[in-house]
Amino acid sequence: MKNIKIFINKKTSLTTTKIVIFVVGLLYIIGYPLIFRHNNYQLNIVITASILSIISLGVWLTFVIGRINIGQGAFVLIGAYTTAILLVKLNLSFWLCLPVSGIIAGLLGFLIGIPILRLKGVYFDMLTLSLTEAVMLAMLNLDFLTQGSRGIMNIPIPGALKIGSLTIIPAFTPGKYLSFYYLTVILLIIILFAIWRLYSSRIGWNMQVLRQSDTLALSSGINIAKYRLISYTICCFLGGIGGSLFAVYIQSLFPTSFKVIDSIYYMLYCFLGGLNYLIGPILGAFLMTFSFEGLRFIQKYQEGIYACLMIIFMLWLPNGLMSLKLKKRTIFKNQPH
Amino acid sequence: MNQMIINGLMLGMSYALIALGLTLIFGIMNIVNFAHGQMCMLGSFIMYYLYGVFHWNFFITLIICALILALVGAVFERFFFRRFLRFSSREENSMLLAIGTALLLENIALISFGEKHRGVPPLNDYIFDIAGIYIPANRIIIFAVSIVSIIALLLFIQRTRYGLAMRALAQDKEVTFLMGVDIDKISMMGFALGASLAGVAGGLLALIFPIFSGSGGNLSIKAFIMIMIGGAGVVPGAIVGAFILGMVESIGYGLIPGSATYLFIFSAAILLLIIRPLGIMGKPGY
Repeated sequence: MKNIKIFINKKTSLTTTKIVIFVVGLLYIIGYPLIFRHNNYQLNIVITASILSIISLGVWLTFVIGRINIGQGAFVLIGAYTTAILLVKLNLSFWLCLPVSGIIAGLLGFLIGIPILRLKGVYFDMLTLSLTEAVMLAMLNLDFLTQGSRGIMNIPIPGALKIGSLTIIPAFTPGKYLSFYYLTVILLIIILFAIWRLYSSRIGWNMQVLRQSDTLALSSGINIAKYRLISYTICCFLGGIGGSLFAVYIQSLFPTSFKVIDSIYYMLYCFLGGLNYLIGPILGAFLMTFSFEGLRFIQKYQEGIYACLMIIFMLWLPNGLMSLKLKKRTIFKNQPH
Repeated sequence: MNQMIINGLMLGMSYALIALGLTLIFGIMNIVNFAHGQMCMLGSFIMYYLYGVFHWNFFITLIICALILALVGAVFERFFFRRFLRFSSREENSMLLAIGTALLLENIALISFGEKHRGVPPLNDYIFDIAGIYIPANRIIIFAVSIVSIIALLLFIQRTRYGLAMRALAQDKEVTFLMGVDIDKISMMGFALGASLAGVAGGLLALIFPIFSGSGGNLSIKAFIMIMIGGAGVVPGAIVGAFILGMVESIGYGLIPGSATYLFIFSAAILLLIIRPLGIMGKPGY
């Protein structure tokens, strides 16, 4: 009963959308840091939301192939520990650690992905959930590398990036968040652009077919295993990048820094924004982070209210925030049922 | 070693109650009930207050646990999941709602009961000594109650008309509807039944494990592992999975220090699913 969506080449007459994207982007890159230059608290919120967006974009990419991935926390933890260990024990430069963390997380995701992507439906969901817990326990028990439950403290903030005597990026100043702000913002924009290109390329289309139906994909000559693996590897890579950023941003790391609940949150951001849109996870991450800060004044009941909001939200808009937009355009779409 | 095997069997029986409830809800409604562990936790708290604090009769309290949790399950089904499944265009989104209910229950517990770890006095202090194996009478009672509940459940599913309707619903929703079954009612009943099993399990586990508001998440993950090993939506699979987990956990805690046991269990579960992607007894179709 899976309805096959017909890809309609939409006319690019969405000038208002373009203007909105441009204005929001401009505000994000220039406006916000200009206003809150010295306000670490305000910068902190956006930095956190940006890193969460990077991580959630990865999860979103596994939603594109029709899988619910609750295991992103595992790879965030792996990325964070890679950075922390390389920085603290080997004294490497952060600018080397960042890609290395992503690549190690991606590689591990690739290796784990080969067997587990064969699992279907809820088995995959529950297995990825256990994966988060398993990696947390592994970090707890690999005492010689990760210092177990004592965690790794005093992770240095990024130093200068130099090629020869030319300084490309100056060293970060302790206590100032502005450089972190630009780092995360620029990374998020690069990653968003890359994912957008991927999503609208042939690879992305093939991935979307996987979501519709495996059989359909097979019969159109798509190598199912390959595209699943591509998507999952990129997902883990982004998780690793996000973890690496968190490690240097928060500067301390414990095996319990990223738990099952975090994996769930990454997935929630995608759900809340809407799974059919690239901007969905980013919208979800920003919305949740800002409302999380907004609800801080009722500290004790914070998460309870959060849960209530989530339930009400899901009952009211079960297909995410972006479905508000979808409703107006239903004429062009095949309605399910 | 014998001691560990006996402990594993005893633990496995209580776990089977949890796994059965989860697999029942999953089989009937195709929803992974994330709040299952939290429902167990609620059961434990009811047991703590009625039996531990007000000194009611243990068995009456157990029945009250089952009834209250059945009510919670019915409310969840009626007001959350039914409406949701009707309007959502992607069935997987039910996961989010389930997670929301889990967070809600956990936070209600956290707000009303605090973070303190609690315990209830054992039913009976006597310890049997059979050929060098020590079995507390407490555990025997838990074991017996679990067996009785599981047998009652199986009889209900296999022998009554409602059980028949549930099994039919698990197989094919549309056809069951065409046969004149009130699907809404049966779904609600299934959810309530699954939740009440969680309540009974929680009440029983309260006797041996500490009671605290954060215990739900771990129990949920354990329950997921059990039904993954055994095969989701399959009743015998759930029981098999529960016994395997109980056994491995009990032997592992005896031989390997600390948290490495669960690392081993997770790795073993992943390996098992690589070899048998649907668990030991799982059927294709989910």
